Amino acid sequence: MTATTSAAPVSAPARREPERKVRHSRAAGLYPTWFLAPAFAILLVFFFVPTLFNFIYAFTNWSAFHNDIAGVGLANFRAVLSNGALVSSLGITVVYAVLVAIMQNGFGLGLALLLERDTRLNRFARVIVFLPVLMSALAVGYIFQALLKPDGALNGLLGGISGHPVTIPWLGSTTWTIVVVAFVNSWKWMGLAMVIYLAGLKTISEDVLEAARIDGAGVWKTFRDIRFPLLAPAITFNVATALLGSFNGFDTILSTTGGGPAQKTEVLDIYIFKVYGNGLFAQATTMSLVLFLVVTVLAFPVIGYLRKRERVL
Amino acid sequence: MNGSALWKRVLQPAVVVILLVVVIGIPLYLALVTSAKSQGEANIPDLSLPSSWHIADNYSKAFTQGDVPWALFGSLLVMVPAVVGVLVFGSLASWVLARRSGRTVSILYSAAISGIILPPAVVTIVLLLRQLGLASTPFGMMCVYMGMYMSLVIFFITGFIRTIPLELEEAARIDGAKPLMIFVRVILPLLRPVIATATILICLYIWNDVFYSFFVLGGGSVTTLPLNLYSVASSNLYQNNWNLVFAYVILMSLPLVVIFTFAQRRIISGITGGAVK
Repeated sequence: MTATTSAAPVSAPARREPERKVRHSRAAGLYPTWFLAPAFAILLVFFFVPTLFNFIYAFTNWSAFHNDIAGVGLANFRAVLSNGALVSSLGITVVYAVLVAIMQNGFGLGLALLLERDTRLNRFARVIVFLPVLMSALAVGYIFQALLKPDGALNGLLGGISGHPVTIPWLGSTTWTIVVVAFVNSWKWMGLAMVIYLAGLKTISEDVLEAARIDGAGVWKTFRDIRFPLLAPAITFNVATALLGSFNGFDTILSTTGGGPAQKTEVLDIYIFKVYGNGLFAQATTMSLVLFLVVTVLAFPVIGYLRKRERVL
Repeated sequence: MNGSALWKRVLQPAVVVILLVVVIGIPLYLALVTSAKSQGEANIPDLSLPSSWHIADNYSKAFTQGDVPWALFGSLLVMVPAVVGVLVFGSLASWVLARRSGRTVSILYSAAISGIILPPAVVTIVLLLRQLGLASTPFGMMCVYMGMYMSLVIFFITGFIRTIPLELEEAARIDGAKPLMIFVRVILPLLRPVIATATILICLYIWNDVFYSFFVLGGGSVTTLPLNLYSVASSNLYQNNWNLVFAYVILMSLPLVVIFTFAQRRIISGITGGAVK
């Protein structure tokens, strides 16, 4: 962990160096425009064109049941509105993303503070906490499905402790299962949040903490007034990646609940996957467009807000 | 012993050990122990040890049912070229984006990194691939991954190149080196740390991806390890086969875990290097 700051592309001293660019007239010769071509060709064809297609095919009857594709206006939007799928998946996705952002960061920061000192036990613990990050989310979901079944390992364990059989359906509640699934996803990613918070804690200079100690600040006051504010860049990165990542949440939910019970964990990507599997391609496209628009509307203000906080501090 | 020393010597280690055992240990142990049970015993997955051990049996079954060699080949076939391609093309473009100035360049840069935030249009990608004749092919999958992660690569590498002094390039230029030569000889070697960060993150995403590969590779002959895990687990509907599911989970997780235990310091510093400014 000692090498963390050396690898930082924009480490503190480097950022202060004035950013130098080559004058416009010479630049084209020194940095040929064609160097941009392969990257932008890939971006254009495989990212921007499909995105553009979203805006077209959401208004058609493209499906596995027709040979031709014809425009149908807003029929797809009316369909997903009237069957309730749009409002419910959208709501579930937002709840899921917020829950994951809170839990993943809470766990990650808690672990970083707990394992901050460089003892042998702490170094070992960091490695173990990081293992789930390496595993596929699908695999993690299956493990928790087995753990949380009504006749699964967790209830067995609780029954053993309490002395009488426990059969809590952890993944069967129409209200709380979304929280459990968000927990599972946060469990999988908390190791990544932790290492980023650890790196952030390392960048806080010892002098600042020493000064606080001399001024008589206790552990909690030092954390609240000094360390937490100085962690702002790490928080920005972690909250933004957790939010954006879970707007596209899929694997963990597929392998724990598959969207159930009663579609109460059916986030947008699960809905898209199911509807696409049923051959209703245009409806899947419509939801994909909705996801795109929601992320565009929500993500920029969130990131803007977090960055502004960083600058103020 | 005062409060702080008590915490450091006794309570903190105790809390760490309990957390490790309960929070991480139990789930991973459940997977390990169930993968060694008979099908009947694994039916109700609990934490008890198997009454009879079926390690060889389960793992060889998972190996053949999940077609591990073919899926491993498929996973590598899409991941390696996609990662190499996105890094080569991405860093080439990043050099120009970092060094040239002006309105056009800044608009291009914003467009290039917008994909970090915007979700890929997964359904219409399939339509496009069909029109290009690339549907269900590994080449189509590589292109989709490159399109998805190009933004991340350009964001990381452009930021890094801006911290490299121009003098290093100028020295080579005076010696008469052409732009491509300067890029390969001077810039590329300096990019090692940031390329390491991007490689680790993108490998992690692609190796474990199941959503995009469902859409792109679905219906084709090439498959990946997570896709086969899903099909092994989906046969769970007809008969419980937790023992095989977890044997497959462990087989599939092993490569990354082994690589990680050997290179954990470099991997962790690589990941955090790009994130904390």
